[in-house]
Order: sequence, then structure tokens, then C-alpha cells
Amino acid sequence: MSDANNGRVKVTIDGNEAAAYVAHKLNEVIAIYPITPSSNMGEWADEWSAQGRKNLWGTIPQIVEMQSEGGAAGAVHGALQAGALSCTFTASQGLLLMIPNMFKIAGELTSTVFHIAARTVATHALSIFGDHGDVMATRQCGWGMLAANSVQETMDLALIAYASTFESRVPFIHFFDGFRTSHEVMKIEQLSDADISAMVDDEMIRKIRERALTPEHPVLRGSAQNPDVFFQAREAANLYYDAVPGIVQKAMDKFKQIVGREYKLFDYVGAPDADRVIIMMGSGAETAHETVEYLTEKGEKVGLLKVRLYRPFSIEHFVKALPATIKNIAVLDRTKESGSTGEPMYLDVVTALSESFAAGKAPFKVMPRVIGGRYGLSSKEFTPTMVKAVFDEMKKPQPKNHFTVGINDDVSHTSLTYDPNFSVERDDVVRAIFYGLGADGTVGANKNSIKIIGEDTDNYAQGYFVYDSKKSGSTTTSHLRFGPRPIHSIYLIDRASFVACHQWFFLEKFDVLQSAIPGSTFLLNSLYGKDEVWDHLPRHIQKQLIDKKMKLYVIDAYEVAKKTGMGSRVNTIMQTCFFAISGVLPKDEAIKAIKYSIQKTYGRKGESVVQKNYEAVDQTLANLFEVKIPSSVTSKIEMPPVVSDKAPDFVKKVTAMIIAGNGEQLPVSAMPVDGTFPTGTAQWEKRNIALEIPVWETDICIQCNKCAMVCPHAAIRTKVYDSAKLASAPATYKSMDYKGSEYKGMKYTIQVAPEDCTGCTLCVEVCPAKSKKEAKVKAINMKPQPPLREQEKANYEFFLALPEVDRRNVKADSVKGSQFFLPLFEYSGACSGCGETPYIKLASQLFGDRMLVANATGCTSIYGGNLPTTPWTKNSDQRGPAWSNSLFEDNAEFGLGMRLTVDKLNEMAKEYVTLLSTDIGVDLATALIDAVQRDEATIYEQRERVKILKDKLAVIKKPEAKRLLSIADNLVKRSVWIMGGDGWAYDIGYGGLDHVLASGKNVNVLVLDTEVYSNTGGQMSKSTNRGAVAKFAAAGKPTAKKDLSLMAMMYNNVYVARVAMGANDAQTVRAFIEAEAYNGPSIIIAYSHCIAHGIDMARGMTNQKIAVETGYFPLFRYNPELIKEGKNPFKLDSKAPKGALSEFTSLETRFNVLTKSNPDRAKELLKLAEGDVKVRWAIYEQFAHEGSDVQKPASN
Amino acid sequence: MDLSTTYLGLKLKNPIVASASPLSRSMESMHRLEDAGTSAIVMHSLFEEQIIHEAESLDHYKSAGTESYAEALTYFPDTGDYHFAPEEYLELVAKAANKLEIPIIASMNGITPGGWTSYAKKMVEAGASALELNVYYIPTDGTMAGVDVENRYSDVLKEVRGAVKIPVAVKLSPFFSSIPNVAQRLVSEGADGLVFFNRFYQPDIDLEELDVKPGVELSNSYANRLPMRWIGILFGKTKASLAATSGVHTAEDVLKLTMVGADVTMMCSALLMHGPEYIGKVLKDLERWMQEHEYESIEQMKGSLSHKSIADPSAYERANYMKALNRYKLLA
Repeated sequence: MSDANNGRVKVTIDGNEAAAYVAHKLNEVIAIYPITPSSNMGEWADEWSAQGRKNLWGTIPQIVEMQSEGGAAGAVHGALQAGALSCTFTASQGLLLMIPNMFKIAGELTSTVFHIAARTVATHALSIFGDHGDVMATRQCGWGMLAANSVQETMDLALIAYASTFESRVPFIHFFDGFRTSHEVMKIEQLSDADISAMVDDEMIRKIRERALTPEHPVLRGSAQNPDVFFQAREAANLYYDAVPGIVQKAMDKFKQIVGREYKLFDYVGAPDADRVIIMMGSGAETAHETVEYLTEKGEKVGLLKVRLYRPFSIEHFVKALPATIKNIAVLDRTKESGSTGEPMYLDVVTALSESFAAGKAPFKVMPRVIGGRYGLSSKEFTPTMVKAVFDEMKKPQPKNHFTVGINDDVSHTSLTYDPNFSVERDDVVRAIFYGLGADGTVGANKNSIKIIGEDTDNYAQGYFVYDSKKSGSTTTSHLRFGPRPIHSIYLIDRASFVACHQWFFLEKFDVLQSAIPGSTFLLNSLYGKDEVWDHLPRHIQKQLIDKKMKLYVIDAYEVAKKTGMGSRVNTIMQTCFFAISGVLPKDEAIKAIKYSIQKTYGRKGESVVQKNYEAVDQTLANLFEVKIPSSVTSKIEMPPVVSDKAPDFVKKVTAMIIAGNGEQLPVSAMPVDGTFPTGTAQWEKRNIALEIPVWETDICIQCNKCAMVCPHAAIRTKVYDSAKLASAPATYKSMDYKGSEYKGMKYTIQVAPEDCTGCTLCVEVCPAKSKKEAKVKAINMKPQPPLREQEKANYEFFLALPEVDRRNVKADSVKGSQFFLPLFEYSGACSGCGETPYIKLASQLFGDRMLVANATGCTSIYGGNLPTTPWTKNSDQRGPAWSNSLFEDNAEFGLGMRLTVDKLNEMAKEYVTLLSTDIGVDLATALIDAVQRDEATIYEQRERVKILKDKLAVIKKPEAKRLLSIADNLVKRSVWIMGGDGWAYDIGYGGLDHVLASGKNVNVLVLDTEVYSNTGGQMSKSTNRGAVAKFAAAGKPTAKKDLSLMAMMYNNVYVARVAMGANDAQTVRAFIEAEAYNGPSIIIAYSHCIAHGIDMARGMTNQKIAVETGYFPLFRYNPELIKEGKNPFKLDSKAPKGALSEFTSLETRFNVLTKSNPDRAKELLKLAEGDVKVRWAIYEQFAHEGSDVQKPASN
Repeated sequence: MDLSTTYLGLKLKNPIVASASPLSRSMESMHRLEDAGTSAIVMHSLFEEQIIHEAESLDHYKSAGTESYAEALTYFPDTGDYHFAPEEYLELVAKAANKLEIPIIASMNGITPGGWTSYAKKMVEAGASALELNVYYIPTDGTMAGVDVENRYSDVLKEVRGAVKIPVAVKLSPFFSSIPNVAQRLVSEGADGLVFFNRFYQPDIDLEELDVKPGVELSNSYANRLPMRWIGILFGKTKASLAATSGVHTAEDVLKLTMVGADVTMMCSALLMHGPEYIGKVLKDLERWMQEHEYESIEQMKGSLSHKSIADPSAYERANYMKALNRYKLLA
């Protein structure tokens, strides 16, 4: 031991970093794949290896990203068999994909640790948040399972897991709660190399190498066995499992000797003579620990048993850990197993007690009563009052079994009630809540504050961050605790001693002072100075400031940010305010610490960034003022209703609660039982996040409709209508004569949705019409939103009420025509300026009223289907896209299933029509069966026929008529769309996609190609271009982008298009129409600019244009229909590359960052990427000029 | 034959200097320039904007959209230390100064005094033999007087002059009311040399897009008439070195500019058109011409046709205009 701490330092990190730290020290091959909330572990490992960080034995671990979690598990399995130390990280469905390999790895007694940020498994809905659904689904695999309850334990138990697996040969799952632990920032003691080294015996590693597959000592592993021996062989490893608990406890004891922290397989805390004990594992156990301490201090005989080694479950250790006085046990499971006799750990406990009692090995004379309950699903809050409710329930003569806690179950009445006023938090803990926007840097600043306090003082620090589900204008809430003792409060702050509101408009959106305690401090970023602010505060804020005798401080942070060159990032300024008034640190010391931290954070980014932040700190103190609070409430400003009174009931009763942040209060009865939700809800969530909105100039407009085409949020729309309709138009409503011949004499309007626009400016960017007098004035120009809001709101309402154009008369295959169709995908929560959503919106306009959508998990499924509101909507006939998300990996298959059903039901409907032809009329029957349905007009005719058919069927008394009635709608042409990103199409879903394309079935695949896994934060996919920096490719991707379009084309009978709306919008529209019209599989690869590219999103469409011009992303359409006509099916839609590739790459940070971090490698990769462009172009050109050898007649 | 000359106190083997251009962006092309015979290299410019904004812009785009959405709290990996343009520039200066025999003149381009000028000192530390200061400033504000523009030159020069001891040249704009006065002022404030002139890239109009497009047009020999006049006028009236840039394409151009008084002639467009090796051809032509016309040295001819050395100085002045006009009338 080199010193008392063995070289350990205090660090302030989250659970993912804690786990990855140990994993990177103790592995040689790490296979990774992104999935929330575990992605960060892979990211850390990749970054550290890219930076040359070595493991315990002095070698840099090799990191490999796989195509799926299944692939990662396979790679780890192979690496282990070949004798490497290998691991992976995952969660949720990812872990489930690993199960087959996990059985094998365990069956082969192979040492490894999988680090799991435990997450909900998707059922009626997907959830990225934490519970034990995933790890519980692997308890049958034969792995050791170690549960870590906090960030410190995550690091400690990771090491104990390795020491145990190396010795026992049994593989281990090391898990901790997703988000609550994986993302919670805590001050912990970091294990040193000396600690790790002392826990890992080289002899164990030597034995692992000995068991490796090698031609020098060949063996065969993975045989197939018959009934004669399989069973015996399966039992042969029993002794290894029997030994595990002892080995783990030995490792824990050794750990205590080296590090000092003590762990047991089952850790008991509480009264030694407790009669009521809760048994649980995971982060909730920390809260229970804190509550038990509080209750025992009050004299209650309660206790908590923390289960650390869940598998193998050692009955012997378990019963020994329980106090002999025990009478009541409540087992809390953070998972739900529908249909079971109880949740998994409850069953384990019941069995363990029963077995030990029967064997006379139990410490108690009377068998305790055991109840089980569920808590905390999908990171549902679990607080001391809920713990108390469970203890109170145990006191009852007839306690509820199979209860729930934390929700209001008014349907099956499982839930326990709890006292909302009960708290165990101590006064010497600073509890601060910060409301901010994602874009204002609030979370980053708070993470920084935690580091300052954690690392510069003796205080313990904790930070947990809550984000809403929007990718633009998202709200963040930071919960920070600082105190003199280790923090066990693993729940959100509901009694704040400090509240900061970094955005003025939150005051009318949320009750930001709801959790403020009497005497607490409120810091407000205010446009108004200390003397004016009071008169502008809403009534509920004024009232609470007075009633709770709070202190109020204001600063105009935006003004300070502007003056000091910080732009819109008020992070450093608000952080300085917090330190200046919270008293967590002496002011001068705090300022010094902030500046030191600025130097540390931004030093590498350049001196000017550092100076700018210093200046902001200094200016802050001069602009921060305390406000004298008057004695009475004077405000007449009330919080506006969350949604309009015109909203449907469900939206008013359920959706509005979720929007307002009160979803926790919704009872079980408010929820759909099967995950089915109404569409068209985004229209009711008026977010008002645009500072500026587009304003239309009629005298400049050329009516090209490009603005509507590119709008990612369907917030700018066009319409043609009868001039007579203008009679009731609002005074400021704008219109002009329609310029073309097709709607001669009608009026034309471009209208913005002022409250739904995000202010991205893409519409202005693409507007080609400039004023002849002043070129900077376009037909669309951005103007401040607030003064226009009410006026344009009225105009937009009027606009929406105008009748839609008759779809039969629209020239659909043009940019202009397509934009007269009503968007059935609107106001999504996608990033402002998103490059994906314009394509989805276009598809919804062209085919939405007869569209079925299978949506892969990713950005598209989040902005497409994450509550509270969703963008898919209906037209006035109540028709619209029906949407569903199955999984990440199976989306193509999911969509194919939809197609098969559509085809089958269509076939059956036709069979019934034939059968009933005399009843319904032969002419109608023939027309229904022979209907061509090639365009809007013919589809309309078929709908009319179906309407007549249904009327007739209603009065026909035959059972076949009833059956036909239930499927008659399937006589109308359906459009099946399979959508997803490149992570799905190129990687995890490729096998299925390939199969579906090969099926010959009429499905339309839309790949929103951002060239990274955008939703999980920009990890490399096989679509990522050579030379681009992405997560998991921190050193720049060394290989070329996979050409999915060529691969699909090789099937001959697949329609393939590469499109980039910003480069050629007309080609995009044509490709969509052709793809849908093609009676076979089609795939559109749509280049989508993305925030993960590190670009100016306002110039996304221009970047697309340059991407195409420089040959980075050439456009083509391959239409097998043309083969029948003897034509070349391949049409190159872009011109030969012009200019250097660097003209494009220099616009994007994903490429630039490598030129700054590794200039030589950047040059080398750019040169190779230039070669890729040339080769790709040569191939395409050859197809275009000569046709391809694959122009054989299509044969399905 | 002695082709040597002295510029900014540096003894150079001939009067052809490679001026600031993309050719000084790599060691490979700088080696080629040296091998071809250039007597010194003015490095491409390090811009004030690069120093001030590059790091900020990278920070901005790397952090855009972060900490907003739970699944994507960041979008880029931490790729370790960054080499921003200033550091890369200094590394290149150091490499060039170390590997090449000829002097390296570092170049800075900016319009305001401020922190960025501290890089002058770093350039000296990296091994630059001299500095060229390029104040590329286009006034657009009607309240700004000519003297204010001159003050900008002066302010930047003073700050750099105060920071370094090596020679500093200032690259001038051709659009001053009184170039001799500006020259005099700058020399009095510490400029060791004056470079005539900055070629301001003139914007063009895209009629289809109704937009102004920046355009880069390479020069031809005609462009050297402007420096020719002003060097001719200033020769002998200032202690500063005089450099001609713009339109130096042939040996004849070098000769003419030397004869009006240039200590060095700087080539850019010709090298971009023909490659670094083109200097060799010009040098050969230069020697041949001097041999044919029996000149012994560059020094011998330097300034021989300057304003003060010719019989009719009005040729440099208004009379020149009258003569040209009359000639035009005759041609018409």
C-alpha cells in the first residue's frame, strides 16, 4: 500500500463512468452497441482507448462496435473462447438479445462480466427508464447477478464481480439502476490501480488463458448432445455454482481489507430486533436505508435487507442475515411479471424461507408473514414515504399482498396509500432545484457545480437530471444535494431550499415554487430589474414568495450573456449566481473555483473561450440583485390552461396532465389498457418555443411551396381556396391570387402556425424569391414571435378551417402540388431544423390517409410516438396514418407482417365480394374487385364503392356479410411504410430488411439516413462516412460508408432511390411517388442532416446541396418498372462531383473535429474518402450510361 | 552576376520571394519553392478570425443540442486535445524555419488590435525571420474618416511592433488618399518594410441567385502597374524596404519593378498557375536578360527608373494620365 488511501482519489462521476472505469481496467476486448441508458459505458471505453489509456496490464483494450447487442454478445463469446478478457455493456432489449449467448457462456463456465444499466423492457410501450425487467429476464441464464445500489457501489461491485468471475468461472451480470444510478452524478472514491491489482490474482488470469481455444492444445467446445448425456452434463457444473456465494463473499471480505468498504451477500441495516423487514435491491434500497435509519431513530423496529448477490441465491446466507425477531417481510420487486404467483424476488424469498424453515435452519421460531409488492417501474419515484407505507402495511392484520406502491391503482386496487408530507431529509443538506432549457446549458453548469463542491470541499454531492422528451426546446430540471454525510436520498427533491428558474416563461408553464420550503431562496433569470420584476410575476409565484417568506434574487442573464459574448448560453452566469447566494461555499472561494473549473473545462477549446467565461463570471456579480418582497399579492397574471378547451376529452383529462408535468397524479384508470392512444394530439400542445417566426410577403412570393416542403414541423403550410371564403377572414390574414392555370381564379395563402413553429429558419433558407428592390428580403422572413402570436394564431385557425383542396385535382408528383396535401405528421418534438421529418411529413401528405407505418426504434419513434403528445394525425374524414413501433431490430419484418395482413384481408374481402356478388349487385362486385386504384381519383372511386358496399352489407342477413363488413375497408389500397434510421437499416435491422426486400412484397422502406445513431447521441453506424468522428469512432471512422442502395439494387426487382431534399426536392417527390406506385419492395435512402453532425441546422438544406454537388451523396433512382419498357432502370439524378470533397466536409464538425484532434489521420482519411467518392461515382455513372448487367426481367 | 538583394534587413539570394499563398500550407510545396530558387517565403496568413473564433465555433457546434434529451446528452466523443489553426500555423512555421535554408516570413491578417496580436511573439519563437502584417480592411461606415482607417493600420502595427524585435512589414491597401503619407507614418511607427499591395478580392454578382459571390481571380502582369507606380514614387524617400506584389509573372515584371525600386518582387498567381518550379524559369530569364543587357547586379538597377531617378517625374503623376488619354484618343 503506497499510502493510506492506496492511491485513491475522490471523483464526481455517474454510474456509467464508474462501471466503465473498472471494465476498461480489466478487459482486453470490449464489444459495444448503443442502447440507452448504457451507451455511455461504451462511449467511455471507446474514448479512453482512442486516447491510448491502458488497462491494468499495460495494453490498450480493443473496442469494437457490433451491429446489435446480439452481435456484441457473440463477439464477446468468441473473444472469451479465444482466451481474452472480454466484456460488454447493455440494457433492456439489448440484454434480451444477448440471452442465447449468455446461456452458452454460462454453460461453458466462462469468466466475464456484463455491465447492465437496468432498464424497462418494452411492453405496452417503450421506456428508456430504469427498472429490473431486463435483468430479471436473464435470471435463468446461469449467471451470477450482483446488484449495485449507488454510484460508489457500482464501482466497488464491478471489481468484486470480476474477482468473483475470475475465480469461480461463473459469468456475472453486474447491474445498477438505469438513469437513477447510471446517470446520477455522485462524489465517490475511485479505486486505484493498486486496489484493482490486489483484487485480481494473476494466477486466475493464467488459468483463463489455459482454457482458451488454441491449435497448440486443441479441444472442442460447443458440441451437440443427445438425450443420453445432455442432462448429466448440465448437472456437471453444479459444484461451481455452489461455490459462488462463498467466492463472492471472500472477494467482498478481501475488498474490505484493501479498500475499507464492507459488503455482504445480503446486507442488513436497521434494528437488530426488527419485526418488520423490507427486502429489495437496487437504488431504491438506498432510499429504504435512509428511511429505516430515520424510523429506527424514532424507535420503530424495522429493518432492511439489501440483496447484493441475487444469483446464485444463497439461502444459507440469506436466512442468516435476517434478524431472529422478524415477523413480517415485504419483498419489493422493481419489475412486473404478469400472471405469475408473484414477482421474481418475492418467489425467491418465499422459497428460501420455506426451505430453510422446513430444514430447521431458520433463525426464527415462527414463519414470518411475507408480502410482495412492485415499485419504481420505469424510474417511477420511490421515496421515504413509500417505504414507510410498506412498513405501515406490514403492521396491518390483513396486509395487501402483491401490492403496488408509488401509483394510484384505482382499477385493481393494489396500491398502498402514503402520506405526501412525510420526509426524512435533514436540514443540513442543501437541496437545490434548477429549471432550465436544454439549450441554455443549465445541466452542464450544474454538473460542473457538483464537481466543484464534490472535489473542492469535504461535502458530499449528488446530481440528478430530468429531461422532457422533446428534442427541441426541451425543459430540464436539475436536482442537486450537498451535505456533510454520504447521500442516500435517491429520489427527486420535493423540499427545496434553493430554486432557480433560468427561463422566464416557465413561470406561466409550471409551478416552479411548488417544492420550495419556507425560508428558501428563489433565483430568477428575469428580463425585468429588481424594481420592476414584482409586477410581472404571476399570482401563484407572488403568493408563494410571501407565504413561504422566501428570498428573491434576479439577474438579466441574457443581457449579461450578450455583453460577454456568451450568446444564449446563460450557464456560467446562473452558476455564478447560485454560488454567490446559496452560501454553499464562501463567495470568493466559489468564484475562484468556478474560474479554475472554466480553465479545466474550456482550456483545451482555446483561450478565447476561457476568457469569455471569465468575463461572464465577473459581470454576473455586478448584475445580480435581491428583490424586496412586498407584503401582499398584487398580480392578476394567472397560469393559462394547458390545452385549449376545444381539445378532445382524453387530451384534456390525460394528455394535459402529462404536458403540465403532473402525469404522476394520473390513476391507473386513466391509462389505456393495451398501449393504444389516439393520434392527432401534438396539435393541442402549444409550445411557443420560436423566438422568431416566418412572415410571408405576398408581393415577392412565387408560390413554389418549397417553404412548406422543408418545414420539419408542418408549421408553415399552403392552401388554395375559393376567394369567397375570405369574407370572414381576420383583418391581418394574407392572401394572393393563385398564379398557375390549374386553380385559376382562386386564392393562395402561405400561413405559419405561430405556436408550433420552432424558429429553425429552414423555410427562409430555401425560399428562392428575393425582393427586386432589396435582395435580402425574401418572400419569407423571420420576425419576432411574441408581437405576432395572437394575430397569427387567429389567422392560422382561419386557415385550418378553410376546406382542403380536392386531392383528385392535385398534381401530386411535383413539389408544389405535394404541398397542397394536408400534412398528417405535424408539430413533432424533433430537433429544430430536423433533416428527417420533412421526408416523413411528405409521405404523410402523399399517402397518409391510407398509410400503415412500421417504425423502427430511434429518433423517428421518439418524436413520432413519445408521450405526452404525438405528431401523427388525421384528416377531416378521420383518416390518417396508423402507426406502431415494434422493436429496433425487427422493423422490416414488422412492416412485412402488416403488408401480409393487408394483402390477406384484401384477398379475403374480394373472396367475400365474389361470394356475395348477387346480394350486393354484380356490377358493384366487379367494380370493387377490378378497381385499379392507381391515383387519388381512382382510390376515391373505390372508397365510394366501399361506402355503398358497407351500406348494403348492413342489411344483408348472411354471416358472410358480417364478416365482409369487418374487413371491407381493406378493399381500398393500403400503403405500407417501414421507417427508421440508418442504425436500424444498415446495422441492427439489416438482416431483416434484406429479407423483406428479397420478399418481393409491396412495402415501402424509408431510411432516414443521418449516418449515425442519432437518438442515442451519435454513435457510428455502417452508414457513417470514412473520416467522420462519431461516438464509438472517436478517432474517425476508418472505413467507407456501406452502399445500401447498391446492395438493394442487386435484387433487380427492388425500387431504389437516393434522395436529398435540400439538393433536389423535385426528385425527392418523384422518388416517393414512384416507390409507392411500384408493386413490389421499394427503398428510399433519404439523406438527412442532423444535429449530431455538428452543423448550423439553419443551413441544413444547403449542406445537403453541397453534399450532393461534391459527390458525397449522389442521387439516383432505380425503377425496375423501366426494365419492362426496355429502358435503363437506373437514372442518375445528380451531376458529376464538382469541387473538392472538403468543400462539404469542412462545413461539418463531425469531420472538422478530426482535423483538430488528429490532423494527420484526418488528411489520410479525407484522401481515402475522396477516393470513395470517385469510385462510387464511376460505378453509378457506368450504370447510368450503360445500364447494368442486372437488368434482367424482374422475377419475384 | 549578383542577383542578391536586401529586404527587411535580410540578405536574400535573389529578388523573387514567394508571397502568401496556399503553397506555404505544406512542407512539401515549401521545399519545392526553395528548390526552385525562391529567396524567401511569406507564409499564408494566420487570420484574426481563426485565432478568435475557431475554438469558439468548434465548442459551439460540438455542444449544440447537448444536455437536452435523456438519450443523447452529447453528440460527440471527447477526442482529447485539439490543434487549432494558430497552433498548426506555429508548428508549420517552426518546421519551415528548421528545415529550410531560406528565411521564413510569417504573415498575420487582422483588422483590430487585441489578444490575437500576441501570436506575433509566438511566431518569432517558432523561428520566423520577419513578419508581414496584412490589415485587410474594407470600410463601409460613412462616418469613418480616412484617418480612422489609417489608425487601424497604425494600431495593429504598434501592438505587434511592441511585441517583437524582428523586422515587420506592412502590406498596404491601394486605396489611401495619400499613400506616401501613410507609408511615412507607418515607417515612423516601426514598419521595416512596405508591401504593395493587398489584392482585395472583388465580389461578383450571381444574377440567377441574386446574390453576391466572393470571387478569386488570379492576376496577370498588368496588375503590377499599380505597385510599379507607388514603389517608383516612394523609392529613395523612405528607409523602409519596398516589396512589390500583384502581377509578378515574368522576368520582365521583376526587372521593371526592381528598376522602379522594389527590393523584392513577390509571386503568387504565377506559381499557382505554373507550379513552384516556375520560379526557376523566371530566374533564368532574369539572368539571361541581365547578361544580354550587361547588368552586373540587382542592386545596380534598383530604383534606376524611380520617380526621383527619371528625367521626367511627371510620368508617374497626373501627366501620365494625360499621356495615356491622348494615346487612347489616337487609337480611337
